[in-house]
Amino acid sequence: MSELQDTARPVIAHGMRLQWEAAQEAHVLLYPEGMIKLNSSAGAIMSRCDGVRTVADIVADLERSYNLTGLAGEVTAFVRLALEKHWLELRA
Amino acid sequence: MNAPPLVGHGPSPAEATGARDARSAAAPGPPLWLLLELTYRCPLHCVFCYNPTDFANVGPELQTCDWIRVLREARALGAVQLGLSGGEPLAREDLETIIAEAHALGYYINLITSGVGMTEARIKALKDAGLDHIQLSFQDSSRAMNDFLTSTRTFDLKAKVAALIRKYDYPMVLNVVLHRLNIDHVGEILGMAERLGAQYVELANTQYYGWAWLNRAQLLPSRAQLERAEAVTQRFREQVGSRMQIYFVVPDYFEKRPKACMSGLGSVFLAIAPDGLAMPCHAARMLPGMSLPNVRESDIRSIWYNSPAFNRFRGDAWMKEPCRNCPERSKDFGGCRCQAYLLTGDADNTDPVCDLSPHHHLVSEAVARAEAAGAAPAGATREQPLIFRDHRVSIPVVTAGCAVRR
Repeated sequence: MSELQDTARPVIAHGMRLQWEAAQEAHVLLYPEGMIKLNSSAGAIMSRCDGVRTVADIVADLERSYNLTGLAGEVTAFVRLALEKHWLELRA
Repeated sequence: MNAPPLVGHGPSPAEATGARDARSAAAPGPPLWLLLELTYRCPLHCVFCYNPTDFANVGPELQTCDWIRVLREARALGAVQLGLSGGEPLAREDLETIIAEAHALGYYINLITSGVGMTEARIKALKDAGLDHIQLSFQDSSRAMNDFLTSTRTFDLKAKVAALIRKYDYPMVLNVVLHRLNIDHVGEILGMAERLGAQYVELANTQYYGWAWLNRAQLLPSRAQLERAEAVTQRFREQVGSRMQIYFVVPDYFEKRPKACMSGLGSVFLAIAPDGLAMPCHAARMLPGMSLPNVRESDIRSIWYNSPAFNRFRGDAWMKEPCRNCPERSKDFGGCRCQAYLLTGDADNTDPVCDLSPHHHLVSEAVARAEAAGAAPAGATREQPLIFRDHRVSIPVVTAGCAVRR
Protein backbone atom coordinates (compact mmCIF):
# COMPACT_ATOMS: atom_id res chain seq x y z
CA MET A 1 0.00 0.00 0.00
CA SER A 2 1.31 3.42 -0.94
CA GLU A 3 1.99 5.95 1.77
CA LEU A 4 -1.15 7.45 3.27
CA GLN A 5 -1.22 11.23 2.72
CA ASP A 6 -2.86 13.39 5.34
CA THR A 7 -4.81 15.01 2.51
CA ALA A 8 -6.46 11.67 1.69
CA ARG A 9 -10.23 11.52 2.18
CA PRO A 10 -11.23 8.11 3.57
CA VAL A 11 -14.81 6.91 3.30
CA ILE A 12 -16.63 3.76 4.42
CA ALA A 13 -15.94 1.18 1.72
CA HIS A 14 -18.54 0.38 -0.90
CA GLY A 15 -20.89 -2.32 0.33
CA MET A 16 -20.14 -1.64 4.00
CA ARG A 17 -22.33 0.17 6.45
CA LEU A 18 -21.34 1.83 9.71
CA GLN A 19 -23.95 2.30 12.38
CA TRP A 20 -24.32 2.80 16.12
CA GLU A 21 -25.86 -0.18 17.89
CA ALA A 22 -27.33 0.73 21.25
CA ALA A 23 -27.66 -2.93 22.30
CA GLN A 24 -23.90 -3.37 21.86
CA GLU A 25 -23.02 0.16 22.95
CA ALA A 26 -20.71 0.34 19.97
CA HIS A 27 -20.35 1.32 16.36
CA VAL A 28 -20.52 -1.74 14.14
CA LEU A 29 -19.46 -2.22 10.57
CA LEU A 30 -21.95 -4.29 8.63
CA TYR A 31 -21.27 -6.14 5.40
CA PRO A 32 -22.59 -9.27 3.66
CA GLU A 33 -23.30 -11.80 6.39
CA GLY A 34 -20.84 -10.22 8.78
CA MET A 35 -20.33 -7.61 11.42
CA ILE A 36 -17.34 -6.03 13.09
CA LYS A 37 -17.83 -4.46 16.47
CA LEU A 38 -15.56 -1.46 16.74
CA ASN A 39 -13.94 -0.29 19.95
CA SER A 40 -14.57 3.31 20.93
CA SER A 41 -11.44 4.75 19.25
CA ALA A 42 -12.10 2.90 16.01
CA GLY A 43 -15.74 3.98 16.15
CA ALA A 44 -14.74 7.61 16.71
CA ILE A 45 -12.39 7.52 13.71
CA MET A 46 -14.64 5.57 11.35
CA SER A 47 -17.67 7.74 12.07
CA ARG A 48 -15.67 10.73 10.82
CA CYS A 49 -14.65 9.03 7.57
CA ASP A 50 -17.23 10.65 5.29
CA GLY A 51 -15.20 11.13 2.13
CA VAL A 52 -15.20 14.89 2.71
CA ARG A 53 -12.84 15.26 5.66
CA THR A 54 -9.16 14.59 5.12
CA VAL A 55 -7.06 12.50 7.50
CA ALA A 56 -5.66 15.78 8.86
CA ASP A 57 -9.22 17.10 9.42
CA ILE A 58 -10.17 13.91 11.26
CA VAL A 59 -7.10 14.13 13.52
CA ALA A 60 -7.83 17.77 14.30
CA ASP A 61 -11.50 17.04 14.99
CA LEU A 62 -10.68 14.13 17.32
CA GLU A 63 -8.05 16.13 19.19
CA ARG A 64 -10.56 18.94 19.66
CA SER A 65 -13.44 16.62 20.64
CA TYR A 66 -11.44 14.64 23.18
CA ASN A 67 -9.16 17.47 24.27
CA LEU A 68 -6.03 15.52 23.35
CA THR A 69 -2.94 16.08 21.25
CA GLY A 70 -0.64 13.86 19.21
CA LEU A 71 -3.31 11.56 17.76
CA ALA A 72 -1.96 11.68 14.18
CA GLY A 73 0.09 8.50 14.49
CA GLU A 74 -2.71 6.43 15.96
CA VAL A 75 -5.31 7.69 13.48
CA THR A 76 -3.06 7.14 10.47
CA ALA A 77 -2.18 3.63 11.62
CA PHE A 78 -5.84 2.74 12.04
CA VAL A 79 -6.88 4.24 8.70
CA ARG A 80 -4.09 2.31 7.00
CA LEU A 81 -5.27 -0.93 8.66
CA ALA A 82 -8.89 -0.23 7.74
CA LEU A 83 -7.86 0.40 4.11
CA GLU A 84 -6.00 -2.91 4.03
CA LYS A 85 -9.04 -4.69 5.42
CA HIS A 86 -11.32 -2.92 2.90
CA TRP A 87 -13.37 -1.31 5.65
CA LEU A 88 -12.43 2.08 4.23
CA GLU A 89 -11.54 3.31 0.78
CA LEU A 90 -10.12 6.61 -0.41
CA ARG A 91 -12.26 9.10 -2.25
CA ALA A 92 -10.38 10.50 -5.20
CA MET B 1 -29.86 -23.95 0.66
CA ASN B 2 -27.04 -25.49 2.60
CA ALA B 3 -24.21 -23.52 4.17
CA PRO B 4 -25.79 -21.69 7.04
CA PRO B 5 -24.14 -18.29 7.00
CA LEU B 6 -22.97 -18.37 10.58
CA VAL B 7 -21.35 -21.75 10.77
CA GLY B 8 -17.62 -21.87 11.05
CA HIS B 9 -16.43 -19.74 8.18
CA GLY B 10 -15.61 -16.29 7.07
CA PRO B 11 -16.59 -13.18 8.88
CA SER B 12 -19.47 -13.82 11.20
CA PRO B 13 -21.05 -11.71 13.87
CA ALA B 14 -19.88 -14.18 16.47
CA GLU B 15 -16.26 -14.07 15.42
CA ALA B 16 -16.14 -10.39 15.00
CA THR B 17 -17.93 -9.27 18.09
CA GLY B 18 -16.53 -11.49 20.78
CA ALA B 19 -20.07 -12.67 21.40
CA ARG B 20 -18.62 -15.85 22.81
CA ASP B 21 -17.46 -13.98 25.87
CA ALA B 22 -21.00 -12.89 26.44
CA ARG B 23 -22.48 -16.35 26.37
CA SER B 24 -23.19 -17.90 29.68
CA ALA B 25 -26.29 -19.61 30.91
CA ALA B 26 -26.87 -16.70 33.28
CA ALA B 27 -26.66 -13.77 30.90
CA PRO B 28 -26.89 -14.54 27.21
CA GLY B 29 -26.14 -11.68 24.84
CA PRO B 30 -28.68 -10.52 22.24
CA PRO B 31 -29.66 -12.53 19.16
CA LEU B 32 -27.40 -10.52 16.86
CA TRP B 33 -28.13 -12.69 13.85
CA LEU B 34 -31.77 -13.24 12.85
CA LEU B 35 -32.59 -15.66 10.06
CA LEU B 36 -36.11 -15.75 8.70
CA GLU B 37 -36.84 -18.87 6.70
CA LEU B 38 -39.78 -17.25 4.98
CA THR B 39 -41.02 -20.35 3.19
CA TYR B 40 -40.06 -23.95 2.53
CA ARG B 41 -41.45 -23.61 -0.98
CA CYS B 42 -38.63 -23.86 -3.50
CA PRO B 43 -38.50 -24.42 -7.23
CA LEU B 44 -35.23 -26.34 -6.87
CA HIS B 45 -34.81 -29.92 -5.71
CA CYS B 46 -31.25 -29.88 -4.38
CA VAL B 47 -29.86 -33.16 -3.13
CA PHE B 48 -27.90 -31.39 -0.36
CA CYS B 49 -30.64 -29.13 1.02
CA TYR B 50 -30.59 -28.81 4.80
CA ASN B 51 -34.34 -28.15 5.03
CA PRO B 52 -36.21 -30.77 7.04
CA THR B 53 -37.01 -33.88 5.03
CA ASP B 54 -40.59 -33.65 6.26
CA PHE B 55 -40.98 -30.03 5.12
CA ALA B 56 -44.22 -30.88 3.37
CA ASN B 57 -45.76 -31.56 6.79
CA VAL B 58 -44.80 -28.16 8.20
CA GLY B 59 -47.85 -26.06 9.01
CA PRO B 60 -49.03 -22.89 7.25
CA GLU B 61 -46.59 -20.04 6.71
CA LEU B 62 -46.61 -16.95 8.88
CA GLN B 63 -48.39 -13.93 7.48
CA THR B 64 -46.78 -10.61 6.66
CA CYS B 65 -47.91 -9.05 9.94
CA ASP B 66 -46.34 -11.92 11.92
CA TRP B 67 -42.99 -11.46 10.20
CA ILE B 68 -43.11 -7.72 10.83
CA ARG B 69 -43.79 -8.28 14.52
CA VAL B 70 -40.84 -10.70 14.68
CA LEU B 71 -38.61 -8.10 13.01
CA ARG B 72 -39.60 -5.40 15.48
CA GLU B 73 -39.26 -7.57 18.58
CA ALA B 74 -35.87 -8.98 17.58
CA ARG B 75 -34.52 -5.57 16.59
CA ALA B 76 -35.54 -4.23 20.00
CA LEU B 77 -33.33 -6.92 21.57
CA GLY B 78 -30.37 -5.95 19.37
CA ALA B 79 -30.67 -8.18 16.29
CA VAL B 80 -28.91 -6.42 13.41
CA GLN B 81 -27.84 -8.93 10.76
CA LEU B 82 -30.91 -10.24 8.99
CA GLY B 83 -30.95 -13.25 6.66
CA LEU B 84 -33.97 -13.87 4.47
CA SER B 85 -33.89 -17.43 3.33
CA GLY B 86 -36.05 -20.47 2.76
CA GLY B 87 -36.82 -22.48 0.66
CA GLU B 88 -36.79 -19.73 -1.93
CA PRO B 89 -37.65 -16.38 -0.33
CA LEU B 90 -38.59 -14.90 -3.72
CA ALA B 91 -41.62 -17.18 -3.58
CA ARG B 92 -43.06 -14.80 -0.96
CA GLU B 93 -45.00 -12.02 -2.66
CA ASP B 94 -44.61 -9.82 0.44
CA LEU B 95 -40.80 -9.91 0.34
CA GLU B 96 -40.62 -6.22 -0.59
CA THR B 97 -42.88 -5.29 2.34
CA ILE B 98 -40.79 -7.34 4.79
CA ILE B 99 -37.56 -5.79 3.48
CA ALA B 100 -38.91 -2.25 3.66
CA GLU B 101 -39.86 -2.75 7.30
CA ALA B 102 -36.51 -4.37 8.12
CA HIS B 103 -34.66 -1.50 6.45
CA ALA B 104 -36.62 1.10 8.39
CA LEU B 105 -35.70 -0.75 11.59
CA GLY B 106 -31.98 -0.59 10.78
CA TYR B 107 -31.18 -4.19 9.88
CA TYR B 108 -28.44 -5.11 7.41
CA ILE B 109 -30.47 -7.29 5.05
CA ASN B 110 -29.08 -10.34 3.28
CA LEU B 111 -31.23 -12.15 0.73
CA ILE B 112 -30.18 -15.78 0.30
CA THR B 113 -31.61 -16.97 -2.98
CA SER B 114 -31.38 -19.42 -5.85
CA GLY B 115 -32.29 -16.52 -8.15
CA VAL B 116 -35.36 -18.33 -9.43
CA GLY B 117 -38.17 -15.78 -9.51
CA MET B 118 -35.86 -12.76 -9.84
CA THR B 119 -36.64 -10.28 -12.59
CA GLU B 120 -35.22 -6.85 -13.32
CA ALA B 121 -38.39 -5.19 -12.00
CA ARG B 122 -38.16 -7.18 -8.78
CA ILE B 123 -34.46 -6.63 -8.14
CA LYS B 124 -35.05 -2.90 -8.55
CA ALA B 125 -38.04 -2.98 -6.20
CA LEU B 126 -35.96 -4.86 -3.60
CA LYS B 127 -33.22 -2.24 -3.89
CA ASP B 128 -35.75 0.54 -3.43
CA ALA B 129 -37.11 -1.27 -0.37
CA GLY B 130 -33.62 -1.26 1.18
CA LEU B 131 -32.13 -4.69 0.51
CA ASP B 132 -28.38 -4.56 1.20
CA HIS B 133 -26.95 -7.73 -0.29
CA ILE B 134 -27.80 -10.77 -2.37
CA GLN B 135 -26.23 -14.18 -1.93
CA LEU B 136 -26.80 -16.21 -5.07
CA SER B 137 -26.39 -19.96 -5.08
CA PHE B 138 -24.91 -21.91 -7.95
CA GLN B 139 -24.61 -25.66 -7.92
CA ASP B 140 -21.76 -26.02 -10.37
CA SER B 141 -19.80 -24.28 -13.08
CA SER B 142 -21.39 -26.31 -15.83
CA ARG B 143 -24.95 -26.06 -17.01
CA ALA B 144 -25.26 -29.84 -17.09
CA MET B 145 -24.18 -30.45 -13.49
CA ASN B 146 -25.96 -27.38 -12.08
CA ASP B 147 -29.18 -28.47 -13.69
CA PHE B 148 -28.71 -32.12 -12.69
CA LEU B 149 -28.04 -31.34 -9.03
CA THR B 150 -31.09 -29.10 -8.72
CA SER B 151 -33.25 -31.23 -10.98
CA THR B 152 -34.14 -28.06 -12.90
CA ARG B 153 -32.98 -25.99 -15.89
CA THR B 154 -31.79 -22.93 -14.04
CA PHE B 155 -28.13 -22.38 -14.96
CA ASP B 156 -28.68 -19.69 -17.59
CA LEU B 157 -31.22 -17.94 -15.40
CA LYS B 158 -28.72 -17.76 -12.53
CA ALA B 159 -26.13 -16.19 -14.81
CA LYS B 160 -28.69 -13.55 -15.80
CA VAL B 161 -29.50 -12.86 -12.16
CA ALA B 162 -25.79 -12.47 -11.40
CA ALA B 163 -25.63 -9.77 -14.09
CA LEU B 164 -28.65 -8.02 -12.56
CA ILE B 165 -27.03 -8.09 -9.12
CA ARG B 166 -24.05 -6.27 -10.63
CA LYS B 167 -26.20 -3.84 -12.58
CA TYR B 168 -28.11 -2.81 -9.46
CA ASP B 169 -24.92 -2.46 -7.47
CA TYR B 170 -25.49 -5.03 -4.76
CA PRO B 171 -22.49 -6.69 -3.17
CA MET B 172 -22.50 -10.21 -4.63
CA VAL B 173 -21.75 -13.36 -2.72
CA LEU B 174 -21.73 -16.50 -4.79
CA ASN B 175 -22.43 -19.61 -2.78
CA VAL B 176 -21.61 -23.05 -4.12
CA VAL B 177 -22.23 -26.13 -2.00
CA LEU B 178 -19.45 -28.63 -2.62
CA HIS B 179 -19.63 -32.42 -2.56
CA ARG B 180 -18.19 -35.43 -4.34
CA LEU B 181 -19.98 -34.69 -7.62
CA ASN B 182 -18.72 -31.13 -8.11
CA ILE B 183 -15.70 -30.62 -5.85
CA ASP B 184 -13.30 -31.50 -8.69
CA HIS B 185 -14.67 -28.49 -10.61
CA VAL B 186 -13.54 -25.93 -8.03
CA GLY B 187 -11.13 -24.25 -10.49
CA GLU B 188 -13.91 -23.82 -13.05
CA ILE B 189 -16.34 -22.67 -10.36
CA LEU B 190 -13.92 -19.97 -9.23
CA GLY B 191 -13.34 -18.92 -12.84
CA MET B 192 -17.09 -18.61 -13.31
CA ALA B 193 -17.37 -16.54 -10.12
CA GLU B 194 -14.70 -14.17 -11.37
CA ARG B 195 -16.40 -13.78 -14.77
CA LEU B 196 -19.71 -13.07 -13.02
CA GLY B 197 -18.06 -10.37 -10.92
CA ALA B 198 -18.60 -11.90 -7.48
CA GLN B 199 -16.87 -10.09 -4.61
CA TYR B 200 -17.21 -12.98 -2.20
CA VAL B 201 -17.31 -16.68 -2.94
CA GLU B 202 -18.36 -19.27 -0.41
CA LEU B 203 -17.24 -22.76 -1.29
CA ALA B 204 -19.27 -24.47 1.34
CA ASN B 205 -18.75 -28.16 1.69
CA THR B 206 -22.01 -29.93 2.34
CA GLN B 207 -23.09 -30.28 5.93
CA TYR B 208 -25.00 -33.45 6.50
CA TYR B 209 -28.48 -32.57 7.68
CA GLY B 210 -31.90 -32.87 6.04
CA TRP B 211 -31.71 -34.03 2.45
CA ALA B 212 -27.93 -34.04 2.52
CA TRP B 213 -28.04 -36.60 5.35
CA LEU B 214 -30.18 -38.88 3.18
CA ASN B 215 -27.63 -38.56 0.38
CA ARG B 216 -24.47 -38.61 2.49
CA ALA B 217 -23.06 -41.79 0.95
CA GLN B 218 -23.10 -40.22 -2.51
CA LEU B 219 -22.06 -36.69 -1.50
CA LEU B 220 -19.14 -37.13 0.88
CA PRO B 221 -15.92 -36.45 -1.05
CA SER B 222 -12.66 -38.34 -0.61
CA ARG B 223 -9.78 -36.77 1.28
CA ALA B 224 -7.77 -36.60 -1.95
CA GLN B 225 -10.57 -34.66 -3.65
CA LEU B 226 -10.73 -32.27 -0.74
CA GLU B 227 -6.98 -31.65 -0.69
CA ARG B 228 -6.91 -31.03 -4.44
CA ALA B 229 -9.80 -28.57 -4.14
CA GLU B 230 -8.12 -26.69 -1.31
CA ALA B 231 -4.87 -26.44 -3.29
CA VAL B 232 -6.71 -25.13 -6.37
CA THR B 233 -8.54 -22.61 -4.21
CA GLN B 234 -5.30 -21.40 -2.64
CA ARG B 235 -3.65 -20.91 -6.05
CA PHE B 236 -6.69 -18.99 -7.27
CA ARG B 237 -6.63 -16.77 -4.17
CA GLU B 238 -3.04 -15.84 -4.89
CA GLN B 239 -3.88 -14.96 -8.50
CA VAL B 240 -7.01 -12.96 -7.84
CA GLY B 241 -5.71 -11.02 -4.84
CA SER B 242 -8.11 -8.80 -2.94
CA ARG B 243 -10.65 -8.48 -5.78
CA MET B 244 -12.45 -11.58 -4.54
CA GLN B 245 -12.70 -12.98 -1.03
CA ILE B 246 -12.91 -16.74 -1.09
CA TYR B 247 -14.13 -18.76 1.88
CA PHE B 248 -13.53 -22.49 1.79
CA VAL B 249 -15.65 -24.25 4.36
CA VAL B 250 -14.02 -27.59 5.12
CA PRO B 251 -16.43 -30.49 5.66
CA ASP B 252 -16.22 -31.20 9.36
CA TYR B 253 -16.15 -34.97 8.80
CA PHE B 254 -12.49 -34.53 7.88
CA GLU B 255 -11.56 -32.60 11.00
CA LYS B 256 -10.31 -33.79 14.37
CA ARG B 257 -12.26 -31.19 16.31
CA PRO B 258 -15.88 -30.16 15.80
CA LYS B 259 -17.07 -26.81 14.49
CA ALA B 260 -18.15 -24.22 17.06
CA CYS B 261 -21.69 -24.66 15.78
CA MET B 262 -23.68 -21.39 15.96
CA SER B 263 -20.97 -20.15 18.37
CA GLY B 264 -22.92 -22.21 20.87
CA LEU B 265 -26.69 -22.67 20.68
CA GLY B 266 -28.58 -19.68 22.05
CA SER B 267 -25.52 -17.46 21.82
CA VAL B 268 -26.05 -15.14 18.82
CA PHE B 269 -28.26 -16.93 16.31
CA LEU B 270 -32.04 -17.05 16.09
CA ALA B 271 -33.86 -18.72 13.20
CA ILE B 272 -37.59 -18.57 12.59
CA ALA B 273 -39.07 -21.30 10.40
CA PRO B 274 -41.92 -20.68 7.93
CA ASP B 275 -44.48 -21.94 10.45
CA GLY B 276 -43.21 -19.63 13.17
CA LEU B 277 -41.08 -22.13 15.05
CA ALA B 278 -38.15 -20.39 16.75
CA MET B 279 -34.93 -22.37 16.55
CA PRO B 280 -31.40 -21.89 17.95
CA CYS B 281 -30.05 -23.44 14.72
CA HIS B 282 -31.46 -24.22 11.27
CA ALA B 283 -31.81 -27.91 11.97
CA ALA B 284 -32.98 -27.87 15.61
CA ARG B 285 -36.45 -29.04 14.61
CA MET B 286 -35.04 -32.58 14.49
CA LEU B 287 -33.82 -32.58 18.11
CA PRO B 288 -36.08 -34.64 20.36
CA GLY B 289 -37.59 -33.08 23.47
CA MET B 290 -36.74 -29.51 22.51
CA SER B 291 -40.36 -28.25 22.48
CA LEU B 292 -39.41 -25.29 20.34
CA PRO B 293 -41.43 -22.14 21.00
CA ASN B 294 -43.51 -20.55 18.25
CA VAL B 295 -43.67 -16.84 17.49
CA ARG B 296 -47.43 -17.17 17.09
CA GLU B 297 -47.64 -17.83 20.83
CA SER B 298 -44.63 -16.09 22.41
CA ASP B 299 -42.73 -12.87 21.91
CA ILE B 300 -39.08 -12.90 20.89
CA ARG B 301 -37.81 -11.67 24.25
CA SER B 302 -39.36 -14.52 26.19
CA ILE B 303 -38.35 -17.02 23.49
CA TRP B 304 -34.72 -15.90 23.52
CA TYR B 305 -34.19 -15.40 27.23
CA ASN B 306 -36.75 -17.61 28.98
CA SER B 307 -37.76 -20.57 26.83
CA PRO B 308 -36.40 -23.97 27.91
CA ALA B 309 -35.43 -24.73 24.30
CA PHE B 310 -33.12 -21.71 24.02
CA ASN B 311 -31.60 -22.33 27.45
CA ARG B 312 -31.19 -26.05 26.88
CA PHE B 313 -27.63 -25.86 25.50
CA ARG B 314 -26.40 -22.61 27.03
CA GLY B 315 -23.42 -22.85 29.33
CA ASP B 316 -21.79 -26.26 29.77
CA ALA B 317 -23.83 -27.98 32.49
CA TRP B 318 -25.57 -30.13 29.86
CA MET B 319 -22.32 -31.57 28.54
CA LYS B 320 -21.27 -35.19 28.90
CA GLU B 321 -17.77 -36.59 28.92
CA PRO B 322 -15.40 -36.11 27.20
CA CYS B 323 -16.65 -32.50 26.74
CA ARG B 324 -17.53 -31.88 30.37
CA ASN B 325 -13.92 -31.58 31.51
CA CYS B 326 -12.33 -30.73 28.19
CA PRO B 327 -10.28 -27.51 28.09
CA GLU B 328 -11.59 -26.88 24.55
CA ARG B 329 -15.28 -26.91 25.54
CA SER B 330 -15.37 -23.10 25.65
CA LYS B 331 -13.93 -23.02 22.12
CA ASP B 332 -16.18 -25.46 20.27
CA PHE B 333 -19.08 -25.88 22.73
CA GLY B 334 -19.04 -29.62 22.09
CA GLY B 335 -19.71 -29.14 18.37
CA CYS B 336 -23.05 -29.63 16.69
CA ARG B 337 -26.01 -30.95 18.69
CA CYS B 338 -27.87 -32.06 15.58
CA GLN B 339 -24.86 -34.02 14.36
CA ALA B 340 -24.48 -35.64 17.79
CA TYR B 341 -28.11 -36.65 17.64
CA LEU B 342 -28.10 -37.84 14.02
CA LEU B 343 -25.00 -39.97 14.49
CA THR B 344 -25.30 -41.21 18.09
CA GLY B 345 -29.00 -40.82 18.89
CA ASP B 346 -28.23 -38.51 21.85
CA ALA B 347 -28.05 -34.74 21.37
CA ASP B 348 -26.04 -34.33 24.61
CA ASN B 349 -23.13 -36.40 23.34
CA THR B 350 -19.90 -34.94 22.06
CA ASP B 351 -20.13 -34.24 18.31
CA PRO B 352 -18.60 -37.44 16.87
CA VAL B 353 -16.43 -35.35 14.55
CA CYS B 354 -14.18 -34.89 17.61
CA ASP B 355 -11.58 -37.63 17.74
CA LEU B 356 -11.93 -37.67 21.52
CA SER B 357 -15.53 -38.85 21.11
CA PRO B 358 -16.14 -42.56 21.74
CA HIS B 359 -18.36 -42.37 18.64
CA HIS B 360 -15.72 -40.88 16.34
CA HIS B 361 -15.54 -44.17 14.43
CA LEU B 362 -19.02 -43.37 13.02
CA VAL B 363 -17.48 -40.42 11.20
CA SER B 364 -14.23 -42.09 10.21
CA GLU B 365 -16.13 -45.09 8.85
CA ALA B 366 -18.31 -42.82 6.71
CA VAL B 367 -15.16 -41.15 5.39
CA ALA B 368 -13.56 -44.55 4.72
CA ARG B 369 -16.62 -45.63 2.73
CA ALA B 370 -16.37 -42.43 0.70
CA GLU B 371 -12.70 -43.17 0.05
CA ALA B 372 -13.58 -46.68 -1.15
CA ALA B 373 -16.36 -45.37 -3.37
CA GLY B 374 -14.02 -42.76 -4.81
CA ALA B 375 -11.27 -45.31 -5.48
CA ALA B 376 -13.51 -47.88 -7.14
CA PRO B 377 -13.67 -47.88 -10.94
CA ALA B 378 -16.79 -46.26 -12.32
CA GLY B 379 -19.77 -48.53 -12.15
CA ALA B 380 -18.07 -50.97 -9.77
CA THR B 381 -20.05 -49.83 -6.78
CA ARG B 382 -23.76 -50.15 -6.54
CA GLU B 383 -24.81 -46.78 -5.27
CA GLN B 384 -28.30 -45.96 -4.20
CA PRO B 385 -29.92 -43.24 -6.30
CA LEU B 386 -29.75 -39.63 -5.15
CA ILE B 387 -32.88 -38.43 -3.42
CA PHE B 388 -33.92 -35.02 -4.72
CA ARG B 389 -35.67 -32.62 -2.36
CA ASP B 390 -39.22 -32.92 -3.49
CA HIS B 391 -42.67 -32.35 -2.14
CA ARG B 392 -43.72 -35.79 -3.33
CA VAL B 393 -40.73 -37.45 -1.69
CA SER B 394 -41.12 -35.49 1.52
CA ILE B 395 -44.13 -37.26 2.91
CA PRO B 396 -43.02 -40.86 2.29
CA VAL B 397 -39.72 -40.11 4.05
CA VAL B 398 -41.69 -39.15 7.11
CA THR B 399 -44.04 -42.05 6.89
CA ALA B 400 -41.11 -44.42 6.75
CA GLY B 401 -40.09 -42.80 10.02
CA CYS B 402 -36.54 -44.01 10.26
CA ALA B 403 -35.32 -43.08 6.82
CA VAL B 404 -33.02 -40.49 8.35
CA ARG B 405 -31.54 -42.93 10.85
CA ARG B 406 -29.84 -45.50 8.67
